[in-house]
Amino acid sequence: MAPKLPPQPPLQHSTTAAADGQADSHAAPPKGILRWLLTTNHKEIGSLYLIFSLTMFFIGGIFALVVRAELFQPGLQLVNPEFFNQMTTMHGLIMVFAAVMPAFTGLANWMIPLQIGAPDMALPRLNNFSFWLLPVAFTLLLSTLFMPGGGPNFGWTFYAPLSTNFSPPSTTFFILALHIAGISSILGAINIIATILNMRAPGMRLMDMPLFVWTWLITAFLLIAVMPVLAGVITMMLMDINFGTSFFDAAGGGDPVLFQHLFWFFGHPEVYIMILPAFGIVSAIIPTFARKPLFGYASMVYATAAIALLSFLVWAHHMFVVGLPLVAELFFMYSTMLIAVPTGVKVFNWVTTLFRGSISFESPMLFALAFVVLFTIGGFSGLMLAIAPADFQYHDTYFVVAHFHYVLVPGAIFAIMAGVYYWLPKWTGHYPNEKLAQWHFWFSIIGVNLTFFPMHFAGLAGMPRRIPDYALQFADFNLLSSIGAFFFGASQLLFVLGIILCVRGGKKAPAKAWEGAEDLEWTVPSPAPLHTFETPPVFHRTPH
Amino acid sequence: MRSRWCWLLAIYVTASVSHTQAYGWNMPVGVTDVSSDIYGLHMTIFWICVVIGVLVFGVMFFSLFRYRHSKGAKAAHFHEHTSVEVLWTAIPILILVGMAVPATATLKNMYDASDAELDVMITGQQWRWRYEYLGEDVAFNSSMSTPRAQISGEEERGEYYLLEVDQPLVLPINRKVRFLMTSDDVIHSWWVPDLAVKQDTIPGFINENWVRINEPGIYRGQCAELCGIDHGFMPVVVHAMEEEAFDGWLAEQKEMAKEEAMGVDREWEMTELVERGESVYQTICASCHQSEGQGLPPAFPALANNQQLISDVDWHLDTILNGVSGAAMPAFRNTLNPVELAAVVTYTRNAWGNDTGDVVQPSTVAGKIAQ
Repeated sequence: MAPKLPPQPPLQHSTTAAADGQADSHAAPPKGILRWLLTTNHKEIGSLYLIFSLTMFFIGGIFALVVRAELFQPGLQLVNPEFFNQMTTMHGLIMVFAAVMPAFTGLANWMIPLQIGAPDMALPRLNNFSFWLLPVAFTLLLSTLFMPGGGPNFGWTFYAPLSTNFSPPSTTFFILALHIAGISSILGAINIIATILNMRAPGMRLMDMPLFVWTWLITAFLLIAVMPVLAGVITMMLMDINFGTSFFDAAGGGDPVLFQHLFWFFGHPEVYIMILPAFGIVSAIIPTFARKPLFGYASMVYATAAIALLSFLVWAHHMFVVGLPLVAELFFMYSTMLIAVPTGVKVFNWVTTLFRGSISFESPMLFALAFVVLFTIGGFSGLMLAIAPADFQYHDTYFVVAHFHYVLVPGAIFAIMAGVYYWLPKWTGHYPNEKLAQWHFWFSIIGVNLTFFPMHFAGLAGMPRRIPDYALQFADFNLLSSIGAFFFGASQLLFVLGIILCVRGGKKAPAKAWEGAEDLEWTVPSPAPLHTFETPPVFHRTPH
Repeated sequence: MRSRWCWLLAIYVTASVSHTQAYGWNMPVGVTDVSSDIYGLHMTIFWICVVIGVLVFGVMFFSLFRYRHSKGAKAAHFHEHTSVEVLWTAIPILILVGMAVPATATLKNMYDASDAELDVMITGQQWRWRYEYLGEDVAFNSSMSTPRAQISGEEERGEYYLLEVDQPLVLPINRKVRFLMTSDDVIHSWWVPDLAVKQDTIPGFINENWVRINEPGIYRGQCAELCGIDHGFMPVVVHAMEEEAFDGWLAEQKEMAKEEAMGVDREWEMTELVERGESVYQTICASCHQSEGQGLPPAFPALANNQQLISDVDWHLDTILNGVSGAAMPAFRNTLNPVELAAVVTYTRNAWGNDTGDVVQPSTVAGKIAQ
């Protein structure tokens, strides 16, 4: 590919001049808390998202540890089944909507303008609003735990009628919280699309964008497509609970299965919302530390788009045992199996990028490599789950729990951590303490596998998910998982420590913090000043 | 040195494989043709994944080892190769087609519930199963029989902890049995791994599944869909019998059902009803209203000292028969027989300080149901 360059606009300032002259065109920001409440700066909002996400990661993690503590041995020791159900539900909701999604949005806020050479997000005030909706939403959600009757106890998938006719009184607050979080996601997605489509540096075509930008562009479209469906389904629940309708109540002529179709039409693309930006991060890190261009850039873009399109056609693979007609089962089995093809292309591309590279193993690279291996293992169990007849055995067991935790924890979350270690020098001007980061990595990888690998066996041996107590033959697997979970949870304190130390000081990082890094963010100083690219940079095409 | 490690690895692998077979680390092969077909599909796709994994991770770890920056590796600069990319798109598609063919055949077979010799209606309820042998006038509830004292750890846990019921579903071997599955309240999922039957029971829907068991035995499973606080305490036990034994069992059950029906017409003593009622209460009601009637407010009201219950016997009976719409209390008019209903009403009106002295006769309840 030898692209013909479009005509360049006349160059007015050099990038360094733009970076240096930060404070001249802006009034001094307000001090104290108001600065953070009112900020419209993409970097500050990015930091807010990331801090919020990390806080929620620990809250959701504590809920998971309550679950694992109860499951440490057979019998009920610590909590009653009612509270246990609230913990599994809140763990899922918080991790999905308050930890993983805001973490990616935070990274997008920080890095998309820097990677496309834009001065800020396209809609800065909207950006402020979409962040500040989140603390409101999740304060509301967490407050349900203290309401009479307790918080949501029907699983993060909140199947009706358990979540409507049979739910605690706090469910209305849960619905409101999810609405607010959904609005935040939609506004964030609109902002990201507007930024990417309108504010790229002159000369940067879509097919020149870094893959993190590409994957986020596609993710943002997924968000806009499916968050309204979630809003619709929870509004129907609201009506069933408070206004006497019977959308999901069979006794009133409603249809409980309709709930699942609507939920999973949102829920399956949601799964990819949580993994596509991770693909983007890993596609930036592997070439950097292999010192070799990403293999198959174009096929990466097409594979991402293919996965996103297919995600609208596979939702009922979550419903193989609800009694769908045979043709529906076959359709959803085939379409689900098909997803393995573009996903496989991505993994092959990453591995081929490594092949004949010049590889070093700094902490971002370690997390990215672990991502490739462990996400692929999660992909394998996903392929097994796609086989509809076998899913009659796997469905709703710990095998499924193992599967989605492999794609979400060493998948999405490891990619986020890789991204954090990769970009911390850009954010703070200091390298993270490498020794500490390596300890964090090795503890995490041991913890994650010890927690989730035995769950495959527990599930195959017949242990259903979401049970507070289990038969004796599952005891060994659960013991291991619980030990692993506490180990993994504790080792995340190293992550926080590493971030705090890095913010406060450390080895100074140059503008280009990593030898093999190529994208535009490495052309601005480290730490990136509050305002960057006030004058668009010159975009030099690198061979993708 | 290296060979010693290989030996250790080999011993470890062998040990873990034999361990696998002894303790159940894998999906059971099961006791039906369908379950062994599913097991076959499971192992095929598993080995496909293993082979792909070994190849991909092999190349990956080779590269990580061979092309280390610290060993002075110089990076190449290639970044695309059309024919390789086409190849690794096409080969997975072929593998998937190869996998889809047997999966489709198995699925078609699983969906063919025609020509069944016995129909059993399975109804999920919070938190027990109800089995009805259609056309045979035999029906019963099947609740977990593991004592709560074992769960709390006051008693030693038995071999079938949480996987034992008061009355198992009894089925004949070598006959095709069709299941019709529904629910009275929320969605449950009836699952027995050895039979490879897992099917959601959904209020307002009747799902179909079937089984033909090849070997007599006792097969255990659990509810697989989150259905409320006692989701973990809703086991399924199937007792598969030789055909003659099953026919004998069914005849016996029919006889018992007739006797129970006759009990409706006679006058019962309060002590008889209280005794019967206590056992009904503990298996059916106690999971929500708790064993001492203290309830779990606000979702599950207390029955002890409940003024409305104490003052209004008609309301009390009506609530049990018809449930509370929009709340968790189900209707028991079809789940319990008139004797059981009368017994549990009499018991709750005279237990835990609710000393009303009321006796509700089965005949009264039968009259109410008939209205």
